[in-house]
Amino acid sequence: MTDETLLSARDLSLHFGKIPALVGVDADLWPGEVLAVVGESGSGKTTLLNVLSGRMRADAGAVWYRDPARRLHDVHAMPAPALRALHRSDWGFVHQNPRDNLRMAVSAGGNVGERLMAAGNRHYGNIRAEAIDWLTQVEIDADRVDDMPRTFSGGMLQRLQIARTLVTHPRLVFMDEPTGGLDVSVQARLLDLIRSLVARLNIAVVLVTHDLAVARLLAHRIMVMQRGVVVETGLTDQVLDDPQHAYTQLLVSSVLQA
Amino acid sequence: MNGYNFAYLDEQTKRMIRRALLKAVAIPGHQVPFGSREMPLPYGWGTGGIQVTASVLGADDTLKVIDQGADDTTNAVSIRRFFARTAGVATTTDTEQATIIQTRHRIPEKKLREDQIIVYQVPQPEPLFKLESSRAETRRMHALAEYGAMHVRLYEDITRFGQVAISYDYPVMVGGRFLMAPSPIPAFDNPKMHMMPALQLFGAGREKRIYAIPPYTEVRSLDFEDHPFRTTRAPHRCALCNADNSYLDEVVTDDRGGRMFVCSDTDHCETRQEAGHAGTGEALVREAPVGSAARGGGMKP
Ligand SMILES: Nc1ncnc2c1ncn2[C@@H]1O[C@H](COP(=O)(O)OP(=O)(O)O)[C@@H](O)[C@H]1O
Ligand SMILES: [Mg+2]
Repeated sequence: MTDETLLSARDLSLHFGKIPALVGVDADLWPGEVLAVVGESGSGKTTLLNVLSGRMRADAGAVWYRDPARRLHDVHAMPAPALRALHRSDWGFVHQNPRDNLRMAVSAGGNVGERLMAAGNRHYGNIRAEAIDWLTQVEIDADRVDDMPRTFSGGMLQRLQIARTLVTHPRLVFMDEPTGGLDVSVQARLLDLIRSLVARLNIAVVLVTHDLAVARLLAHRIMVMQRGVVVETGLTDQVLDDPQHAYTQLLVSSVLQA
Repeated sequence: MNGYNFAYLDEQTKRMIRRALLKAVAIPGHQVPFGSREMPLPYGWGTGGIQVTASVLGADDTLKVIDQGADDTTNAVSIRRFFARTAGVATTTDTEQATIIQTRHRIPEKKLREDQIIVYQVPQPEPLFKLESSRAETRRMHALAEYGAMHVRLYEDITRFGQVAISYDYPVMVGGRFLMAPSPIPAFDNPKMHMMPALQLFGAGREKRIYAIPPYTEVRSLDFEDHPFRTTRAPHRCALCNADNSYLDEVVTDDRGGRMFVCSDTDHCETRQEAGHAGTGEALVREAPVGSAARGGGMKP
């Protein structure tokens, strides 16, 4: 991977009072790459995701994003309108709870079409056709396009959120425990879907999960966090099959026991 | 002036409102906060419009006040009297004679001129208020021109009803920049705002907001390319003046379902009648059961 990085973070630190949520964190993400951030609850994964995506400021350190024209942007120094525009187009954010992102009083098609409309698309027929196409891609029947999200199951809601996020063909998607809270069988199907979409569309993903099996299935590379510190990083299979750090060894062995 | 300052408001308040108006004119369609004063009328009676009118009114002005198109409703009459008494200005019902027109719910049919000002009474100045309840967030949406959510609303309407189902207060883009609530005028009147030669001022008393459209400003009703904005009116001629292009009110003429379509703009209708235009003067007999539609164009506020 000698290409230029899509996203780079250097020396990120953030404390919540005395709690060290991030301590000297470096991270690099290349185009099309899936990077998993793993660690037990409270280790700083969500905080890292929020800081990388500019949703939260760090006490120290910097995050750089390279746009399609290869210009570098200091994410935390970007004017708010530019950052919001980035979040609506080139980036996406998939929340653990789809209700945090979806408009529950708007039809599935309207939910998927919103980012297109925000981007200036003013052709109803095209927006609708695109919405139907995306519903199909996330394995939701086209004839559900006019239905309200509240009639959808948990797994469908999460797939709808993914369609709503991917409709503008983002190059970078942040995901926070996207399969958390779902039944195991539903999780498996969703993981397969995310894996195939991400590979086919060549989307780079920063994936936060406490579940090593999810990381194993989706991620090219993995970062292990403990109390705000990245204790180990490397190719997923290498880290999981031959963990070097004691904390990673503990994580892996507790998974094996489970 | 019976112990009142000219046009009731003290000079300092008028200056404050004029400053807000200047800012509003400089940023077409942008809502400017102002220190709305208590008026001797309840909110909903056009206190915002009255304060704006009071601030731009001069001794030489001729004032017209309309409510739902008519000059003779209680609301219109009392506001006209209020200014006749507190400012001693001439009043008129003739759109052409007026230099300032304060209005609720309509724009006159007669094309307005450069030397006229139209003041709208506004109950809810925030076009995004049904979509987003937080003022801080709607301010941010305006600042960043993030209006995707409004188009989602239109998308939903077309999906559900085959067309945009907004018949009053239909949202517009002003100068290609700010989304604006035109106040509860019928969508039929929206095109009149586009490139209007007259200055358009909007006052919301309860919500304490002023906004404006300077003369000759682009005002576009939101729509989709394949579902363009269209005005609708009742498919009838005015029973009094025979007009086939004015906005009509449906008037119930008896208790057996008889009804009549007449111009909502009473001055327009009378002017036409004086010029010799005459309708049938006859009520239509309703075929449908009574009570299905109350207003012209089959639209309800
Ligand atoms: N907004 C906040 N205020 C105070 N403490 C916080 C806040 N967000 C997170 N924390 C704390 O920071 C640490 C890291 O949290 P988080 O990033 O959510 O971890 P994870 O996602 O790995 O579970 C935890 O101890 C958490 O309690
Ligand atoms: Mg978390």
